Amino acid sequence: MAARTLYDKLWDDHIVHDNGDGSALVYIDRQLIHEVTSPQAFEGLKMNSRKPWRLDANLAVPDHNVPTHHRGQIDDPVARLQLSTLDDNCKETGITKFEMNDPRQGIVHVIGPEQGACLPGMTIVCGDSHTSTNGALGALAFGIGTSEVEHALATQCLILRKAKNMQVIVDGQLGNGVTAKDMVLAIIGEIGTAGGTGHTIEFTGEAISALSMEGRMTVCNMAIEAGARAGLIAVDDKTIEYIEGRPFAPEGETWDRAVEAWQDLKSDADAHFDKIVRINAADIQPQVTWGTSPEMVVPVTGEVPDPAAETDSSVREGMQHALTYMDLTPGTAIKDIKIDKVFIGSCTNSRIEDIRSAAEVIEGKHIADNVILAMVVPGSGLVKLQAEKEGLDQIFIDAGFEWREPGCSMCLGMNEDRLAPGERCASTSNRNFEGRQGQGGRTHLLSPAMAAAAAVAGHFVDVREL
Amino acid sequence: MKVFKSFTGIVVPLDRSNVDTDAIIPKQYLKSIKRSGFGPNLFDEWRYLDAGEPGDDHAKRRENPDFILNQPRYREAQILLGRENFGCGSSREHAVWSFLDYGISVVIAPSFADIFYSNSFKNGLLSITLDGDVIDKLFEETLATDNYQLTIDLENLSVSTPDGDNYLFELENGLQERLLQGMDDIALTLSLSDEIRDYEAKRKQQAPWLFAE
Ligand code: SF4
Repeated sequence: MAARTLYDKLWDDHIVHDNGDGSALVYIDRQLIHEVTSPQAFEGLKMNSRKPWRLDANLAVPDHNVPTHHRGQIDDPVARLQLSTLDDNCKETGITKFEMNDPRQGIVHVIGPEQGACLPGMTIVCGDSHTSTNGALGALAFGIGTSEVEHALATQCLILRKAKNMQVIVDGQLGNGVTAKDMVLAIIGEIGTAGGTGHTIEFTGEAISALSMEGRMTVCNMAIEAGARAGLIAVDDKTIEYIEGRPFAPEGETWDRAVEAWQDLKSDADAHFDKIVRINAADIQPQVTWGTSPEMVVPVTGEVPDPAAETDSSVREGMQHALTYMDLTPGTAIKDIKIDKVFIGSCTNSRIEDIRSAAEVIEGKHIADNVILAMVVPGSGLVKLQAEKEGLDQIFIDAGFEWREPGCSMCLGMNEDRLAPGERCASTSNRNFEGRQGQGGRTHLLSPAMAAAAAVAGHFVDVREL
Repeated sequence: MKVFKSFTGIVVPLDRSNVDTDAIIPKQYLKSIKRSGFGPNLFDEWRYLDAGEPGDDHAKRRENPDFILNQPRYREAQILLGRENFGCGSSREHAVWSFLDYGISVVIAPSFADIFYSNSFKNGLLSITLDGDVIDKLFEETLATDNYQLTIDLENLSVSTPDGDNYLFELENGLQERLLQGMDDIALTLSLSDEIRDYEAKRKQQAPWLFAE
């Protein structure tokens, strides 16, 4: 057989029916469900008197709308209806759902791997673009729209067209204080937000192998910000070690068989990639975005770029527009930009390692006077419990942070956690689009350690200088 | 799903690249459990000067006169002309539902984000990709001509201008047919149920851990 990429292998393994025109009916092993993109899918099923094809392939959790302050009641009636609709739909169909107050509840992309519900070699979908996170496990995982949620529920399959293969190689080692988040922001800065469109990106190289599973998830999470529907990282010992013993993971003899099968989940040595990008990890500095697209990113040591220096007119206009929205002047040093709020959370950076790295920076310090709100929103109830066991919650609280219940929270502000117009936020999330964190709000994306450092200083600082 | 064979409509040019789905339909409206009713909130934050919440009477909100969709000559537009990487960001199908609910049934751009592109065809919103040069020309013509209209022919896969220029576009195999016949994807897949079961049986042997007992 010809040499194949990891993506080729995952694709081949899941073809139910080849349409012969580049598209195929592809089998889906796992569907994760949340409250926002599923109601219309369940309604569609009902309207057509259809039932889910396979209940055990599905797992549901509320995350986008849940309050993070107190879990007693949800004030917003529209959100309440959406949450209870998920409840009703899961009860009616028999799909397993973690309740809001279950410690296993959390952001859908955090709980999948955490529970061992997402495994290497699987095809994994969810009505959410950051499903790509799960690619860190060597699984083909990608976001889908609501029609596809319905299709996957009804048939356990999707009609898909195979994407092209892209490889992003990160050679060498990251410097001190430089994290997976900085790496993926630097990659997006390099290839652009459409750089991976139409491709599945496999991240390889020494610096990727060196990342923890959490770090790998951060990188794959933002594959979608690089335009790719799916990101992938090959299975290695770290992957297997991470999965072993998790609630949904196989056990005993089945575990041994699974581990053996997973050994093959890597690209063959001479597999063909349609596009290859090579980056040197040692060149990557801590990153901060300055604009309204994740590709508008510079090292913290840099300054806000000048559109006048840009030759492409449409890029120039985009930059000007972003600067107006962000209220920034070209030439301003990133370190001179003051912030109002700090958000540590989201499916990009809310796992235990992220919380530890932020806690390390703020331990014994306090947030600056001009920071009106700094919050930590753990990715799941289990992450929260673990952090509390390590005493990290107290470090944050002592530093003036709010320690919240798990959920998407101010990553997109569907609940009451939002930026007010004009407020500037250091955020560990993944999107700095206009209005993303609240209408008129200004988002700067960065790593958890950098966000913590900014909280203490009141403006951006280079975490390496602390 | 409403589908047309051929259709002529007014064009509105939205001269921005990387238009994201957060801009197309902001998050507060995603709480709806319906597929309809998103039209008044298409491009909400660009369209209105004041902030909006679900349940507001949007007719009473202050419109932003500078936003292109609000300009009188584009009020009745049914075709949106866009720039690169249109529809990037989240997977929310609400973005597609918003266009349709508003009355826009075709988006023409040099490139689309993958999920938006695939969502659009599931709902009968036609996403058409044309070369950057052609798009530039269409932008110029739209801006220069009042009531500028394009005709989209789904049978011949062409876009034609008032001057008689004709541009061919491509759709993936099967998509054109499915659109023209208004076929239900799920019914089509379910007709292959036996193959799905065969696959599952084989897979259970190879990888039993993928199936709970
Ligand atoms: S944390 Fe943010 S990006 Fe992740 S699923 Fe929630 S809303 Fe989406």
